[in-house]
Amino acid sequence: MGKWTRRAFITTGVLAGGAVIFGIAIRPGNRAAKLAGLVAGDDETLLNVWLKISPDNTVTAIVPHAEMGQGTHTTLAMMLADELDADWNDVRMTEAPAHEEYANYALAKGYLLEDPEFPGFLVDTVDGFFLLATKWAKLQITGGSSAVPYTGMLAMRVAGASARAMLLQAAADQWDKPVESLIAERGMVREIDGGLSATFAELAPRAAGVPAPSNPPLKTQEEFRIMGTSVPRLDIPAKTDGTAIFGIDAVVPGMKYATIRQAPVFGNAVKSVDESSIENMPGVRKVVTLDGAVAVVADGYWQAKQALDKLAIEFEKSDNDTREQSDIYEHFAEVLDAAKTNGEEEIDFASGDADAALAGAARRIDAEYRVPYLAHSPMEPLNCTAWLHDGRCEIWTGSQNPLGFAAEVAGALEIELEAVTVHNQFLGGGFGRRAFPDYAVQAALIAAEVPYPVKLIWSREEDTRHDFYRQATISRFSAGLDSDSKPVAWLNQFVDKHEPVEATRIPYAIDNQKIHYATSRTHVPWGYWRSVDHSLHGFFTESFIDELAHAAAQDPYEYRRDLLTDQPRFRDVLDLAAGKANWGAQLPENFGRGIGLQKSFGSYVAQVVEVEITDGKPVVRRVICAIDPGFAMHPDGLIAQMESGIIFGLTAALYGEISIHRGAVAQSNFHDYRMLRMNESPAIETHIINGGGKVGGGGEPGTPAIAPALVNAIYDATGYRIRELPISNHKLGPGGLESKDVA
Amino acid sequence: MTMITLTINGETRQLDVDPSTPILWVLREQAGLSGTKFGCGIAQCGACIVHLNGNPIRSCVTPVAAAANQAVTTIEGIAGARPHPVQQAWIDEQVPQCGYCQSGQIMSAVALLDANPDPSDEDIDLAMSGNICRCGTYPRIRRGIKRAAAHLRALQEDSSNG
Ligand code: FES
Ligand code: FES
Repeated sequence: MGKWTRRAFITTGVLAGGAVIFGIAIRPGNRAAKLAGLVAGDDETLLNVWLKISPDNTVTAIVPHAEMGQGTHTTLAMMLADELDADWNDVRMTEAPAHEEYANYALAKGYLLEDPEFPGFLVDTVDGFFLLATKWAKLQITGGSSAVPYTGMLAMRVAGASARAMLLQAAADQWDKPVESLIAERGMVREIDGGLSATFAELAPRAAGVPAPSNPPLKTQEEFRIMGTSVPRLDIPAKTDGTAIFGIDAVVPGMKYATIRQAPVFGNAVKSVDESSIENMPGVRKVVTLDGAVAVVADGYWQAKQALDKLAIEFEKSDNDTREQSDIYEHFAEVLDAAKTNGEEEIDFASGDADAALAGAARRIDAEYRVPYLAHSPMEPLNCTAWLHDGRCEIWTGSQNPLGFAAEVAGALEIELEAVTVHNQFLGGGFGRRAFPDYAVQAALIAAEVPYPVKLIWSREEDTRHDFYRQATISRFSAGLDSDSKPVAWLNQFVDKHEPVEATRIPYAIDNQKIHYATSRTHVPWGYWRSVDHSLHGFFTESFIDELAHAAAQDPYEYRRDLLTDQPRFRDVLDLAAGKANWGAQLPENFGRGIGLQKSFGSYVAQVVEVEITDGKPVVRRVICAIDPGFAMHPDGLIAQMESGIIFGLTAALYGEISIHRGAVAQSNFHDYRMLRMNESPAIETHIINGGGKVGGGGEPGTPAIAPALVNAIYDATGYRIRELPISNHKLGPGGLESKDVA
Repeated sequence: MTMITLTINGETRQLDVDPSTPILWVLREQAGLSGTKFGCGIAQCGACIVHLNGNPIRSCVTPVAAAANQAVTTIEGIAGARPHPVQQAWIDEQVPQCGYCQSGQIMSAVALLDANPDPSDEDIDLAMSGNICRCGTYPRIRRGIKRAAAHLRALQEDSSNG
């Protein structure tokens, strides 16, 4: 079974623990009784784990992913409904409970590994970092691999197609007609040339007894009715009237509120807490000391917060207490220097002989870039409500990884995984942060100390200071140009590699390349941040190629284009973005134009920025974005994700900086960790190419190319090359740099 | 604790609270209205915006005593029999992503349109720059406001013609 097939997929599910998994027949009496009980009500037939057909003919898609705002639920439901030929108006969504059997659905690590192409199958318009986070947490959800969301997407289609085939077969059996004479359409099966028809609901009980098809045919793109259209997102109405329930909105009768202070310096423990400092404060119920943190429980959040602010807490000291951001950068530089001499460098990618080509080149260009730590800052502060009762723990929160949270909570409380129930709510932003279960574990440990449910809410200050940060790093480049100013050698050395592996790769035809890195972990916790390593390497490589173009005195767009000899999809998005931006046309005074290109999570993206320099500050006026995701499942959703990713990336490029002072994060809230606002938000145009092939992501690919496009535009306007982010640390003038590191 | 009278979304309520508690927490924890959100607690993000006598205020920094015997309107209170034109425009333009900031965005937009039925881009910048959206829905918020403004003006013309 060397090749991953749909047949194998279905079989795998059955083998991996049960019929539960892909078992088209989940019905009372089989091994999946427990699961069936979770999702099937009276009179409902559960055709398969992915969908439920109710007596009123509504089809409920059971979506294994949290809704973070990318329209994940809608897109997954579309795929299922289209293959099923359901009536879209009768499709409902429900998120799968964090239950082991649901995680198990997944699949088939073995099969993934047997299909070398599969990891590239990034059907995620979803949360790409879910997968990385799963790996990080070493959760190894049974059958769960890094590809949960992707497979989920495919599984949706297979499930829909399987169920459709079974419904058709059920009708054929019932009417004694050949299945070829029947057709499924908008929730019905009918005879093509006759009068017989029945709803899916009428056929469902019988269909549940039909054997699962071994290899249900999936629709071709031409046959899509729902996929590829921009149906209104299912989650939006509730997000306009206050009825959407986020984790922070969960209500459990009798609950109290808690808030927490963690040791400012990562890793330091609590030395002492003087509870007399908050004696008699109103509403205060309890002080709970955890590992490196102290929480106050009170009748309301405000009371807890007031008391915590007054509470005298002393933390232990450590060697990290004197660490400054400048020490960290210095250390990075030392590690990079040392790696070259002591041989501790790791080769990331090599082709040809880059050192020799550099030595023999007509010209040599060098540059060093650096980027700071970044926080996620989801709009909803971290929170979790926990209730321990009857030997069980229930939690209400917004999680990108509900089963992982359940496992961590179970571990912390030393109870069985089955004794933990996660009620996952809407996420007020995740961006990778809500894959880390620290706040859920804290809530559970606090709840373990009291006889009532507790809602733990972090302040924004804690959120900013106790994140898992996008790494700060230094990246050094050397390139050799031949006598025609074409690059013949590309050398890149940087600190710390995470994922995805290909984030450092360039699409340009340069024969001799050496990309290598040295490892230098700091005490600052690291986490997956929207687009992960692409967020920094996109900035580095697309800035440096721009520097080469200028060194060659060539147009940066043409220079890139000439180097994309075997990269038609890169070329197409580059051409589209440049064309739509009217590249080359005269711009007003003090304006500049820059371009950036990056493929990430299976999608090719090119972006052009138009910037105006006023009062020494860059004002981004317009962004033109071209994306080829293979196929846009939901074009408007993809456009929204591009807008979102661009604004996220612009925020980081312009302002994003988490710095370490005396071992702790210096920033605390939105006044010193700034976000882009409405008045700074540019006009954004997105153009989509359905280039074919595997379907790429949407949530992350909008982010990586925007920072380089912006600094390249600033260079175009001013002649000043920004090699260190954020841009707000530089003061610009029309003639170039005026001063640096302004306060 | 003190008894404070507030009119919330047209309903008069007596609440036993510490008068220095920000309105945000009274709404969320005492009044059971969780549509108003906590984002920063220091008047930076706008997630907590409600109307006090029709004017947008940041409920995270406004003590409940300052609203005593006055009218507070929250996201739950702006729709009539049908969604408010701003809410409808948000659906039509598919504005929200995670949605967490949107109560505050909508309350700011409603206040803007109450004061200015035909806002320019600059007016929108001015009125909306106190609301952070981490998901970057600004381009759609701008379109949503323009759509709602056109709808509201059409409604007004209808009523003045008819
Ligand atoms: S929570 Fe009030 S402005 Fe941010
Ligand atoms: S929609 Fe997520 S913060 Fe605005």
